Amino acid sequence: MSDMEETEGAEGPLAPRRVIGTPPPTPRLLGSTAVAEGGDAGQVSDETGGAEHSDEVLVGTVSDERAKRVEKIIAGCFTFAFIAGCGFIAAYVGLEVGSNRLGHGDSVIDAALRSNLALGTSLAVTLIALGLGALLWVRYLMPDVEVTEQRHDLRSDPKDRQAFEQYFKEGASNSQFVKRPLVRRTLMLGTLPLLAAPVVLLRDLGPLPGTSLRHTVWSPGRRLLVFGTDTPITAAEFSVPGSAITIVPEGYADDSDALTKATVTLIKFRPGELDIPTRMAGSTLIGTMNWTVDNIVAYSRICTHVGCPVGLYEQTTHHLLCPCHQSTFDASIGAEVIFGPAPRPLPQLPITVDAQGYLVAKSDFTQPVGPSFWERG
Amino acid sequence: MSWFNARRRRPVAGYAALLLGLVVVGLLYGAFSSTGGSAQASSPGPSQSDINTGKDLFDATCSSCHGLDAQGTTQGPNLIGAGAAAVDFQMSTGRMPAKEVGAENERKPVTFSAQQIYEIADYIASLGGGPAVPDAQQVSTAGADTALGSELFSANCAQCHGFAGAGGALTYGKDAPPLTQATPTQIYEAMLTGPEAMPVFANGSISPSAKRDIIAYIVDTRVEPNPGGFSLGRTGPITEGLVIFLGGMGFLVIIALWITAKRRDPRPTGME
Repeated sequence: MSDMEETEGAEGPLAPRRVIGTPPPTPRLLGSTAVAEGGDAGQVSDETGGAEHSDEVLVGTVSDERAKRVEKIIAGCFTFAFIAGCGFIAAYVGLEVGSNRLGHGDSVIDAALRSNLALGTSLAVTLIALGLGALLWVRYLMPDVEVTEQRHDLRSDPKDRQAFEQYFKEGASNSQFVKRPLVRRTLMLGTLPLLAAPVVLLRDLGPLPGTSLRHTVWSPGRRLLVFGTDTPITAAEFSVPGSAITIVPEGYADDSDALTKATVTLIKFRPGELDIPTRMAGSTLIGTMNWTVDNIVAYSRICTHVGCPVGLYEQTTHHLLCPCHQSTFDASIGAEVIFGPAPRPLPQLPITVDAQGYLVAKSDFTQPVGPSFWERG
Repeated sequence: MSWFNARRRRPVAGYAALLLGLVVVGLLYGAFSSTGGSAQASSPGPSQSDINTGKDLFDATCSSCHGLDAQGTTQGPNLIGAGAAAVDFQMSTGRMPAKEVGAENERKPVTFSAQQIYEIADYIASLGGGPAVPDAQQVSTAGADTALGSELFSANCAQCHGFAGAGGALTYGKDAPPLTQATPTQIYEAMLTGPEAMPVFANGSISPSAKRDIIAYIVDTRVEPNPGGFSLGRTGPITEGLVIFLGGMGFLVIIALWITAKRRDPRPTGME
């Protein structure tokens, strides 16, 4: 592999015409000389590309032959990259993904998969071939010389500083900026609105959140719909102990903005298993058995940690587990946190049944759902 | 061989050997850890003789844990009202009879014939009703709405079983099994009866037609192609992240080592 340095020593006298890729004849101190010679060597290598110069530069040495071979490999890599790059463009133009452009019986998903595979493969091959070529170039053709660049003082020298000061003062005096306060002050006045503009523009980015973090779309009498089929459900239909189902509010079943806060997990317990202690937050009731119907309880599905959907329910242990950070809530005692980073229980949605027997909300959540925020209290 | 000898003392050789070892261990584990199939049969027709045979089988194999009248013991739960579907699910997946008492039982090769399982199921059903074994019509996925099934699956099943049914972890060391081997009947029965930690999805909350949609999604997902050619267990970001982190980053580290490695002089100057 490291075959470019074999002629070390032998080429000592011919140093200026040294074949590119061979180390310098003697270990040298780094500095401007090294850089200059490196540049020199680079020029030579450019010329040695053609055969006409081969008699001038160390014909027939092992390193020269190998350099030529590596050169071919590198050129091959770059050519390959060119072909693959053309393939990328061809795949982009040639493989249709739009449903209106596909033939009958051709699946949109299959077309997208096909297109992604072709685009990804061709682009990856292009970049890898380019990278490999560059790597081989650096490793086997360029000289292996370490170059040290000295840092210089960041501060300009006193003469330059003085000249600049002089120049600045002259400019200031010529402009009469100091001399004419009216112009100066009206200029400042003129730019003032532009300074204030960002405040106005940012203010207009959207409505202020107001109290929306504290409320969801649940309201008294709003029916609980089974997510997906969007059908209301009665307590009798949800009577098998150990059942759990995802619930969305009626009227908002397809409103993703509303659902990010309002989605609920409905759980049915065996008689005697559910025992929610009455809990208060300040003067607000936040959990009670009175908000359940026949051992059916509804909890917010949004984790109080960072708002992931708390999806995993184990009917044997009554654990509700958040898959993001393993916060675990005990659903049988008011979704108290029993493990993990969640700071408070999942809010309980007060539920009851309406005249037709369907499960409905008694009211909105009495506390903000989801993760903490500054003014939550 | 000289190629190998020339390279085996290089710094990269150690990493390569480690990588090779990991791959070999992984392949061996994969080859030996696959499990067997499951029973499959048609709907049973309960009769008194079936129930009697079922009771005999139950007394012989199940009663030590579930009690002589299926009333349950400290070792196993009461099965009165559990229903034929629960028996068929537990026994046709090989979970029952259990090897040991625990919160979870693994799928394992079935030791009973479908007929015997149905007889025991009929016996349990005769004790106190419960959900029946679904017939072929009920679990047929013909004409099912796979898109709705996907929506229902992602809302109610994917948290535990993974978006492609590859299974996943639960609390305190338990896990949700992969759905790759479950038959449509077993999936239907599992939703109906809620085995082990799984919640129940009774017909009141997930209607029979919605159940067929979910089954259609699970079955369809199995034959979906894996973009890029590797399934990586279909467990999502965990394995994908691990592969990128160990494989991808490891590869980059090796490349970086190679780029910056000092070139060696392979032969003395005198040999030219």
